[in-house]
Amino acid sequence: MAADPFAAPRAANGRAPDVFRHGGWVPMREFSETEAVDFVVVGTGAGGGPLLAGLAEGGFSVVGFDAGPYFRPLEDFASDEREQEKLYWTDERIVDGANPITMGGKNSGKAVGGSTVHFAMVSLRFRPDWFKSRSVLGYGADWPLDWREMWDYYTKAEKALSISGPLRYPWGPKRPRYPYRAHELNGAAELLARGAEAMGLKWTPTPLATVSAPHGKSPPCVYRGFCRFGCSTNAKQSQLVTFIPRALRAGAEIRDLAMVGRIETGPDGRATGVHYHREGSWRFQKARNIVVAGYAIETPRLLLASATDKYPDGLANSSGLVGKNLMTQSNQAVFGVMEQEVRWNKGPPSLAITEHWNYDDRKDFAGGYCWMAQGPLPVEWVAVQTSSRGLWGLALREEMEKYNHQVGLKMVGEMLPDERNRVTLADEKDRYGLRVARVTYGWGDNDKALIQHALGQMQMSLEAVGATNIFRQEDDTNHLAGTARMGAVPATSVVSSDCRSWDIPNLWICDGSVFPTTGGVNPSLTITSIAMRTADRIRALAARGDL
Amino acid sequence: MTDRYPGYDVLARRWTESWNETTRQVIDQRLAVPREPRFFSATEWRTLSAVCDRIVPQPKDRPPVPLPAYVDQKMADGLLDGYRYAQMPPQGEAWQRGLAALDAAAKEAHGGPFHGLSAEQQDGLLRRMQQGNLIGKAWGGMPCKLFFEHRVLPDITHAYYAHPIAWNEIGFGGPASPRGYVRMGLDRRDPWEAVEAALGEGTDTRRKNNHGG
Repeated sequence: MAADPFAAPRAANGRAPDVFRHGGWVPMREFSETEAVDFVVVGTGAGGGPLLAGLAEGGFSVVGFDAGPYFRPLEDFASDEREQEKLYWTDERIVDGANPITMGGKNSGKAVGGSTVHFAMVSLRFRPDWFKSRSVLGYGADWPLDWREMWDYYTKAEKALSISGPLRYPWGPKRPRYPYRAHELNGAAELLARGAEAMGLKWTPTPLATVSAPHGKSPPCVYRGFCRFGCSTNAKQSQLVTFIPRALRAGAEIRDLAMVGRIETGPDGRATGVHYHREGSWRFQKARNIVVAGYAIETPRLLLASATDKYPDGLANSSGLVGKNLMTQSNQAVFGVMEQEVRWNKGPPSLAITEHWNYDDRKDFAGGYCWMAQGPLPVEWVAVQTSSRGLWGLALREEMEKYNHQVGLKMVGEMLPDERNRVTLADEKDRYGLRVARVTYGWGDNDKALIQHALGQMQMSLEAVGATNIFRQEDDTNHLAGTARMGAVPATSVVSSDCRSWDIPNLWICDGSVFPTTGGVNPSLTITSIAMRTADRIRALAARGDL
Repeated sequence: MTDRYPGYDVLARRWTESWNETTRQVIDQRLAVPREPRFFSATEWRTLSAVCDRIVPQPKDRPPVPLPAYVDQKMADGLLDGYRYAQMPPQGEAWQRGLAALDAAAKEAHGGPFHGLSAEQQDGLLRRMQQGNLIGKAWGGMPCKLFFEHRVLPDITHAYYAHPIAWNEIGFGGPASPRGYVRMGLDRRDPWEAVEAALGEGTDTRRKNNHGG
C-alpha cells in the first residue's frame, strides 16, 4: 500500500500529489505565512474548489486549507465500504432536537475535494422558481440571485464537470445538451422508469458527474458501484480531479491535514488571517481576504468560534443568523423485492430520476421533491434493515439474503428553513481543543406532509412494477444547507449575492451554507455554480477597486 | 436457511481483475482482526460475545465471523460515527455501561449473567432493550433504546456485512476495482458474479460459482 496519507501532509515542499498517477507529483507554488496572501479559502469541496481555481486563474495569490488528507484515488482507495469511511468527517458532533440528524457519510467529507470525493454524482439544476420561493411560491425566502444568470453558470459547471446526461431534459426551461451522453440504465433504474411510466410521470437518465467516455486523464465509468465510497478509477469528476488540479496549475497552494480553528480579526474589524493546526502545532497564515467554505456545520462553527470582544456573537453575525436556518433534505425511501434479479449494486446508484413533483404545485404542502433509483451496498443495506424495520437475529440474515432481488426508490426532498434548526457550539472539545458543533433539528408539519406524499407516490411506483414485501424507510435525511444565508439586506441575511459578508468586507462564505432554501434536488451543482459565479464577481470587484 | 449461492466465494476472486492491491491489503487486515479484546474487560467480552451471537446468529458448519473482535477494534481504535445523540455518552463508555446494565437486568430477571442464559431468555432481554423497557441505575441515564439502535445494532451488523463470508451468503460480488460490471440490466449476470441456485441455471451452480473468474 502507498504511504499513509493521514501520517503527514502530502502537499508540501513545492509539490502536491498527482491524482492521476501512482506515487506521482505535480509542482505546487508555496506562499509565506507572514506575507498576506490575497485569499485564504477554508475548505476545498464543491464551493472551495471552483473558487480556488477561479481566483488563481484570475491572478490572485491563494491558499486552500483542508482538514482532511490529499488522496491519490488510484492507490489510496480500496473497493470496500468500511475502509472508505476514511473519506467522511467522523469527528464527534452532538445531535439533538425532535429529529436529530445522522451525520457522517451522507452529509460530510474530510479530504481535499471535500464530500465530492464520495458524492453520488447527481448533478441537477434548481427549478427557476426556487430562487424566488417566497415571492413566487409563497414559502421560505427569496435568493438574491436571478435564475437566468444561474442558468448560465449551471451550463458552465456542467461543462467543467463533464456531466453525462440525456439529450433533452424533461422539466424546466431549455438547457443545452449535456457534454457527455447519458449512462445506460441498470436494473434498478429500469424499474424506476417502468414505474414512472405506469403512473404517467416523466423520468430521465440522471445527469451524473462521472464520464461516459474518456475525458483528459479520466477513463469512462466502469460501473463498479462504489461511487459513494470514492472512485478508484478517476471516472468521477470530483473536485479532487477537476478544479483542484486546475487551481494548482494556475498557482494556488493547497494545505492538506490543516484544520482551521479560528479567524483572526484586527482592531479595524477586518479579518487578518487564520489560525490553523498542521503537523502537531498551531500556525498562522496572514491574508487580505478569507473565504469560509466548510459546509453547513463547519462554516458556522468556525464563525462562531472566532468571536471576539468586538464580535461577541461570532463573525459576520450582526443579523444573529449565523448557524440558524439549518436545512437538511428528506431522504426517505420505499423498498421491495422483485422476482427478477436486479443486482442493484452495479453502476452508479441513482441512474434514473423523476423530478415530476418539483414541477407540479397542485399539492397541499410547500416545496418539492424528486426520487431516484437505489443501489445500497451491503453495509448501507443492513443499516436500512436495522434502522427502519428493527430487524436482528435470523430474521435479519434471511432478509439480507434477498439482496440481489431488492429494488428501491429514494427521495431528495425540500425541507423548509426554520430558525430553531441550528448549529451552536457545545462545551465538549475535539482533538484540536476546539468546541464541537451541536446540531439541533426538528421536522415541521410541512416537512412531514411532503415526506408522506413522497412515500405514497414511491410506493405506488413500486407496486406498479410488481414489487412485493414493500416497506418504508421513514427516517432518513441527507444533504445540508443554510446557517449563513445570502440575501438582499443585512438585517435578514449573512452574506450578499456575491457571498460577501455584510459585516466584514474581506470575509466571504461560499458553500451550501448560503442557501436561503434548499430545493428538492441534490445541491452540489448549485454550490459549484455559485462558487464559479463568486470567483467571477471577485475578479470584477477587484478590477474596479472594490475588494 | 438454505445456501442460496452454493460454492460462491468472494475470496476466490482475490487475484482477478476485480481486486487491486490496496483492496487485497485492506481485506487481509480485516480477516486478521485480533481475536483477543484490547478494549473490553473479560466480563464485558463474555457479555458482548453472547449479544453478538443473538444479534447475528451464525451457522455451526463454518468458522464464525468474529463479531466481538470487530466491536472491540472500533472501540480500541476510536473509529467514530461522526455524531452522537445528546443523551448518549461517548461510544466506548456507552458499550461498557450498556453491557453492565444488560448483565444487571439478566441477574434481576433470571438470577444469572447474560451469557449464561438460554437463547430465548437472551432474546427476551434484547427485545425489552429495543423497546426501551430496560431501566435501572446501571444505565446511568442512557436510554436503553438508543443504546440498542445506535450501538448494538449498527456496531455488530455492520461488521458482519463488511465480511466476505456475509457477501457470499447474500451473493454480493465484493470488491470491483479496477474491473466493474458490464451486464447492467434486469436478470443479467456477469460471469464473475454469484449464481443463485434457485434460478436454475442448470444443475452446475456450484461449478459456475467455483470457476473463480
